[in-house]
Amino acid sequence: MRKTRLVLQRLWQMVPVLLAISVVAFLLAQAIPGDPVRLIVGPRASQEVIDTVRDRYGLDEPVFLQYFVYMGNLFQGDWGRSIAFRVPVLELITSRLTPTLCLLGGGLVLSTLVALVLAIVAARRQDGLIDQAIRLFATIGLGMPVFWLGLVLSMLFAVRLGWLPASGFGDTPVDNLRHLLLPWVTITVVMAPILVRNLRATLIERTHADFVLAERSKGMPEGAIFLRHVLPNSLLSNLSLLGVVAVYILGITVVIEPIFAIPGVGQLFLNSIIARDYFVIQGLTLVFALLTMVATLAVDVLTLAVDPRVG
Amino acid sequence: MREPDAIAVVQPGWRRVHLSGLTLVGGSLVLLWVLVALFAPLLAPHDPDSTNLGALLKPPLTPGHLLGTDQLGRDVLSRIIYGTRVDLSMGLIGVMAPFTIGIALGVISGYVGGKLDTLLMRLVDVALAFPFLVLVLAILAVRGPGLGNYYIALAIVAWVPYARMVRAETLVLKRSEFVEAARLLGFSGAYVMRKHVLPNAVTPAAVFVITDIVLTILLGSGLSFFGLGAQPPTAEWGRMIAEGQAFLATAWWISVLPGIALLLLTLGFALLGDGIAKEMRVRT
Repeated sequence: MRKTRLVLQRLWQMVPVLLAISVVAFLLAQAIPGDPVRLIVGPRASQEVIDTVRDRYGLDEPVFLQYFVYMGNLFQGDWGRSIAFRVPVLELITSRLTPTLCLLGGGLVLSTLVALVLAIVAARRQDGLIDQAIRLFATIGLGMPVFWLGLVLSMLFAVRLGWLPASGFGDTPVDNLRHLLLPWVTITVVMAPILVRNLRATLIERTHADFVLAERSKGMPEGAIFLRHVLPNSLLSNLSLLGVVAVYILGITVVIEPIFAIPGVGQLFLNSIIARDYFVIQGLTLVFALLTMVATLAVDVLTLAVDPRVG
Repeated sequence: MREPDAIAVVQPGWRRVHLSGLTLVGGSLVLLWVLVALFAPLLAPHDPDSTNLGALLKPPLTPGHLLGTDQLGRDVLSRIIYGTRVDLSMGLIGVMAPFTIGIALGVISGYVGGKLDTLLMRLVDVALAFPFLVLVLAILAVRGPGLGNYYIALAIVAWVPYARMVRAETLVLKRSEFVEAARLLGFSGAYVMRKHVLPNAVTPAAVFVITDIVLTILLGSGLSFFGLGAQPPTAEWGRMIAEGQAFLATAWWISVLPGIALLLLTLGFALLGDGIAKEMRVRT
């Protein structure tokens, strides 16, 4: 199977990027001013404790050896300890991952669905009133401050109208859904525009493509041409954009989660930066990069799977 | 992406610069904000930082306070007017280093090629392996909060899209006849890059600057909102939104109005950027 080989090849290409990511995360901690041991053990620790920690993280070795110690610890699950929470970093991060993944997944699905509908409507009615309204929405969404939008939406729909909870993640699946609805809408308002703009432009471009002209001259009805040729073709060439948007949403969780008090890794990242909880920052930088890679890879594999030109 | 209605047609000379209505709206908005920033002391009815305990949380349209006052009795309109200076300059200053570094690296990488090109492109891959916001925040975590460090963080990571665009253009130009001719005439690589390649390769990057200003303002005000950007008591819109957050249910104007200002500023740049992008594509 050629496709399987292409996927494996793609995975293999990820190895150097993975290494580079780990170097960046490692250097991040190196760049912090002050003695890292003091950061871990606090200002009142005894010399004995200091020496133990220094030895454990290889902190009196040369920098490149320290990197290998860091990598060794990483693979053994020792990602350091959170100064603020007093628990191992890996444990802390994994306990916060679910809300973020729900936020990301739902946000991506909702953005895509909304964008799909809007782009098709706009392209079918090019330059009409609806098209212009959709294009205006797309431009406004591009300049929308996401933290402000989140605040305003939660004020309107949670505080004023009381329809939805203003903060938290909830305990049951239904409750989760109610808590995530406003964050998803917030994500959609800022993310759908990117997809709409590109998809609309492609749809319009493809409507005038030669292969469409050929179908038309054969007497195929417009609606069928659009559904069977223009749409699939345009979706395929915008598939890679889905990866870009997924990564973008991942970044935005850092802003959205604190606004809606969702206990995910985005909120944890922001709080750790404010609290200067360095091992958490380091670990999360790594996790965000890994998630980025998974998202990009998933879209690549998806493209391979559906693109008839490959394989 | 080229739209069919934007494909170049022969245009009469007097219509060389054709700007759509929305582009003009965008340009006017930007111009308006620039004027507000320049003449802030003349326009603001009050000192933006002076507190007035006799007029706390006054709603908009209160006599003397057109847009109301905040929890310290500061005039919201005056703070929005002075905030223009911070948020507008944040966008303009923020893109300078990334633009300069990006186009320089892009031209050199594309023109010189070889190992240097490979190295720089691997660097780009690494930068793109993280969500942009996470990288900026990680750098701020190391260097501490503040707008100065925000600009430094941008200089470290935000050059990537510029470099990619300019490099792509350079790779094409490198094979063009006029660059070949300049090289054959014996001009140095640096001269050819500066005088022949860069001016022709910079267009997409120059158009992207305007979009990037929007992103830079949004991110900068967002950081300020979370206390990592502009520091109090600076009248900055993101900070104003944060300070009004606790009063959202009772005094919505403290947070909502600076947000609308922010939206109108970014919308101006977004519309202007859209129009110019479309226009440039018609030309090239």
